[in-house]
Amino acid sequence: MIGGLFIYNHKGEVLISRVYRDDIGRNAVDAFRVNVIHARQQVRSPVTNIARTSFFHIKRSNIWLAAVTKQNVNAAMVFEFLYKMCDVMSAYFGKISEENIKNNFVLIYELLDEILDFGYPQNSETGALKTFITQQGIKGQPQTKEEQSQITSQVTGQIGWRREGIKYRRNELFLDVLESVNLLMSPQGQVLSAHVSGRVVMKSYLSGMPECKFGMNDKIVIDKQGKGGTTDDPGKSGKQSIAIDDCTFHQCVRLSKFDSERSISFIPPDGEYELMRYRTTKDIILPFRVIPLVREVGRTKLEVKVVIKSNFKPSLLAQKIEVRIPTPLNTSGVQVICMKGKAKYKASENAIVWKIKRMAGMKESQISAEIELLPTNDKKKWARPPISMNFEVPFAPSGLKVRYLKVFESKLNYSDHDVIKWVRYIGRSGIYETRC
Amino acid sequence: MTDSKYFTTTKKGEIFELKAELNSDKKEKKKEAVKKVIASMTVGKDVSALFPDVVNCMQTDNLELKKLVYLYLMNYAKSQPDMAIMAVNTFVKDCEDPNPLIRALAVRTMGCIRVDKITEYLCEPLRKCLKDEDPYVRKTAAVCVAKLHDINAQLVEDQGFLDTLKDLISDSNPMVVANAVAALSEIAESHPNSNLLDLNPQTINKLLTALNECTEWGQIFILDCLANYMPCDDRESQSICERVTPRLSHANSAVVLSAVKVLMKFMEMLPKDLDYYGTLLKKLAPPLVTLLSAEAELQYVALRNINLIVQKRPEILKHEMKVFFVKYNDPIYVKLEKLDIMIRLASQANIAQVLAELKEYATEVDVDFVRKAVRAIGRCAIKVEQSAERCVSTLLDLIQTKVNYVVQEAIVVIKDIFRKYPNKYESVIATLCENLDSLDEPEARAAMIWIVGEYAERIDNADELLESFLEGFHDESAQVQLQLLTAIVKLFLKKPTETQELVQQVLSLATQDSDNPDLRDRGYIYWRLLSTDPVAAKEVVLAEKPLISEETDLIEPTLLEELICHIGTLASVYHKPPSAFVEGSRGVQHKRLPARAVITLVKRTGLSGSNMGAGLGVAPAAMPASLGGAPAVGGGLGDLFDLGGGVGMPTGSYVAPKTVWLLAIKAKGLEISGTFARRGGIIQMDLSLTNKAMSVMTDFAVQFNRNSFGLAPAGPMQVLTPLSPNQTIDVSLPLSMSGPVMKMEPLNNLQVAVKNNIDVFYFSCQYPLSLLFVEDGRFYRQVFLATWKDIPNDSEAQFQIKDIHLNSDVASNKLQGSNIFTIAKRTVEGQDMLYQSIKLTNGIWVLAEMRIQTGNPNYTCTVPRIVYASLLHSQ
Repeated sequence: MIGGLFIYNHKGEVLISRVYRDDIGRNAVDAFRVNVIHARQQVRSPVTNIARTSFFHIKRSNIWLAAVTKQNVNAAMVFEFLYKMCDVMSAYFGKISEENIKNNFVLIYELLDEILDFGYPQNSETGALKTFITQQGIKGQPQTKEEQSQITSQVTGQIGWRREGIKYRRNELFLDVLESVNLLMSPQGQVLSAHVSGRVVMKSYLSGMPECKFGMNDKIVIDKQGKGGTTDDPGKSGKQSIAIDDCTFHQCVRLSKFDSERSISFIPPDGEYELMRYRTTKDIILPFRVIPLVREVGRTKLEVKVVIKSNFKPSLLAQKIEVRIPTPLNTSGVQVICMKGKAKYKASENAIVWKIKRMAGMKESQISAEIELLPTNDKKKWARPPISMNFEVPFAPSGLKVRYLKVFESKLNYSDHDVIKWVRYIGRSGIYETRC
Repeated sequence: MTDSKYFTTTKKGEIFELKAELNSDKKEKKKEAVKKVIASMTVGKDVSALFPDVVNCMQTDNLELKKLVYLYLMNYAKSQPDMAIMAVNTFVKDCEDPNPLIRALAVRTMGCIRVDKITEYLCEPLRKCLKDEDPYVRKTAAVCVAKLHDINAQLVEDQGFLDTLKDLISDSNPMVVANAVAALSEIAESHPNSNLLDLNPQTINKLLTALNECTEWGQIFILDCLANYMPCDDRESQSICERVTPRLSHANSAVVLSAVKVLMKFMEMLPKDLDYYGTLLKKLAPPLVTLLSAEAELQYVALRNINLIVQKRPEILKHEMKVFFVKYNDPIYVKLEKLDIMIRLASQANIAQVLAELKEYATEVDVDFVRKAVRAIGRCAIKVEQSAERCVSTLLDLIQTKVNYVVQEAIVVIKDIFRKYPNKYESVIATLCENLDSLDEPEARAAMIWIVGEYAERIDNADELLESFLEGFHDESAQVQLQLLTAIVKLFLKKPTETQELVQQVLSLATQDSDNPDLRDRGYIYWRLLSTDPVAAKEVVLAEKPLISEETDLIEPTLLEELICHIGTLASVYHKPPSAFVEGSRGVQHKRLPARAVITLVKRTGLSGSNMGAGLGVAPAAMPASLGGAPAVGGGLGDLFDLGGGVGMPTGSYVAPKTVWLLAIKAKGLEISGTFARRGGIIQMDLSLTNKAMSVMTDFAVQFNRNSFGLAPAGPMQVLTPLSPNQTIDVSLPLSMSGPVMKMEPLNNLQVAVKNNIDVFYFSCQYPLSLLFVEDGRFYRQVFLATWKDIPNDSEAQFQIKDIHLNSDVASNKLQGSNIFTIAKRTVEGQDMLYQSIKLTNGIWVLAEMRIQTGNPNYTCTVPRIVYASLLHSQ
């Protein structure tokens, strides 16, 4: 199991050091600094073995988090724990920075004592932790016996992510379907790979211990229902449903029920959390098409023309559009003309950055650039990195639709109809690249 | 007010000041001081001198202060064991506190104070806490047992904590169960043979129930523990698989990977024709792909594991090539791993796509990545024959770019392509030769020299080319020097007239002016060969080379199997068994996949089965001859009856007479004859060494080449006295099965090297398969028939053994001596049917049916024909 956990600043100074196991000596702290943080060559793996001691590290801005062990631990678990540790810290004091860590070091030690026992991760749900690890010291200490046992039963219980007795005057929930659409396209316009990775993020402000059921236009579910109903037009329902390649759920979702009935039921944590992640590869709506044309004129000039076409309903508006056209390292000057938006050559980034604030569906726009090159004797050809794009669209490129989110709370007197529900779809570009 | 100020106190006399503050009457000041102490401790200052003062602060109602003091205690108690005792009272008192959070805190901290004297005081509070009414205390106490065990294992056993811990597996609270499982698993690891984690269907059922209810971390502990269980039959393993599969949709990647581990392992036991088996295979792919959208570090762990899974079960991800395409922004460690998996998945169906990608990659910036991409193109050529031509032309395109490291890498892989497809692509040699001057890396130079030497007859100016390398001979690395020597000798043998001078020159450079013994030796060998027997030299130097195949990149089957059992862990990231990087007793125990319930003569049955299955399939031709000329037919039958006389003969494994393995004329007078025997579960190689030379032989040693079952000498060969002329010594060499494994042809072939003071000699011999039948080869009687029926017909073999005049009981007795067990006997219409089972050292089961007709000397036997023929006949 995890033998120790260290946090360093960018210089390699230790901010937090907690050793759980006897086999990890004080010198482990220095070994990591010398061999990884100060290494002459950047380390090429997140797992490093130094003198039979294994170091797992992640970085958050310029803070290093390292877990150390001498055993054959579950590596995936160690990384998941490090990410979780970051989540917990941000939930307590915001951004993970040197200053924040130093300001909260007592709290961090207290957290580390609670969520990692002898190197074994324990309940690390912030909802539960915040009930008994507080920044106010004794002021927040629970006084009555009932309160104490309520905390312990929640920390160890089956619903460790939610405490009892939550009350809201207005029961409300927000669902965000956030998708990132990824594309790799060949210069000829052939889709080499495309997939959507989506997340359903829920903000729940619900009283009591509500039982929720979430439904979407999952092909498997729709098809099953289609068979049952007689009047349904199979062609219609088939079109509206989407094939989900795979999905994963927050630990509140009853996985065995999903496995057997494909229904998503759960008691949600309070506040914001990620209900599910999913991935689709079929019938993706690619919001933009990029058509590149690069011509080398002699050895010292390049002509680039890029056309972008928006491919969605004309009534919808895409925002924050940015096209990044890489330029060779030996570029000496660039002239750009674009029909819409603003384009600029950024020498420090070796790219022409073309920004358009808004663009409606079924439109097209174009940029052309002349790139002057310095003659070089470098034999190596320019690698021509792909043209990448960023954008945000108000729909889900996978075609996912939320069909319902039902809330049942039998003990309190509010029903599904009383809950105010909001749904929003946002499609963003992930890695959206066209080779040129 | 923020805490960061505590980090900045660096003035002199600090300790003294802190001491005063710690003893202050004001609570706030005390707390401030403790915080400063902890901050100093964090940055590595020694504040152990403050021990008594800090401990004095322990008695407080302020939980925050208490936790800080505890933190200090955990760090320094070991250096001040006597002082640490002062803290005991508070701990014991806290363990009785009405607040469960404080009880748990006390028991948690106490376990972290690694002082022997304290442990005695810990026992009573711990015992209470293990039975505490509050689950939070119980789950903390469970981990505390593991802590205590780490300090004093004996104490934990004596106090009966292990039994209490086992009871906690049935606790009503899932988190208590999870922590108890984690603690027990860790303790069990340091007692490899104990029955601590006594997993049986009932406990497994409890674990599976807790699995649905506990935290994500608890699920990982439970799944990792489940992976160590061996289900008793395929039905049980299927039902466990069914209950584990929902975990594949968990958001936590570690839960997913641990579930994959359990499934990969238990799948091994499912019959392949089962519908469920196919369903399971299909269910595994999507979650593995989803892992690739996790954070980069987790992607790396996932990819290292997928690399193993793809080798073990290529069918799972064979359609998912695209997801392994490299993204421009992937971190380098992800890129390199993806590349590896792309090659593993490359097949005729997707090779065009793969090649197009690889060509893209070869123009990227990162040098290591580009090199690997170029190498990958070569590996594709070797793996997918149809693509070889396209690969070669892609490589030529890359050579045209003239990017130095690309050219060098391309030449190295083209050499391999030549080895795989001789006489096919030599037309490109001219292009390669153009780049001779730009090669500055040893591996590329060596590859180029090899090519020039190998195809010297087609390169007009081969002598000039090689001569140009010769100028700086002593500045070259050893690899290049050796290659140059060989290449010039090859050239000489092909074009003797023009190159005599050149060969003289290189031989003298290698033998006289070099300090490298390998180079000198090789030089001398060539020199002598050339001067004594040029024809033989030609045979040796220009001998046909074995073809290379893509298998050279694969992980060895036994290691792969072990790594599959460690999916998700560091071992699977390093691709090394835990024993390679874990100290002490932990992890030394090798894990193995369960053997499929029955492995019969199926062509390919998973990893463990593949060697055996294929081997038995091809063996009939090879085997009889291999058994040292066992009297299989005709003449030898007389011996058989003599040997196989009366009933109640002593049972024991049959040992074949010794045969000559190494002739004296081939081994400078050393004659070796030998045989193999299995005595009481130990495999031995009996050797007779005879000295037929004129001088005394000493310093004997023996070594085996890799072989199908990993046979290896268990110790050095004990030849204590020198072997004088005409003397014979009998030696018995115990063998183990822990050697490296490689499939041999025939399967039971063993290549042996024997060394003495004179030379090293090589010979090969064959061991009877019965050597590998283990003593606990009795198959479960209840499931025998069902399993028997499940064996597909095409994996059965039938044959007759002729002229055996034994009744069924005698035969059965005899066979038992060789660990062939009769499970059941039936008499049908005057025929005795014997149902038998054999288990091999690598866990493969062989089932057999033998039909004996009274009065008919011919036995009909279904399945392992080879084995039976030899054993019955020769006893």
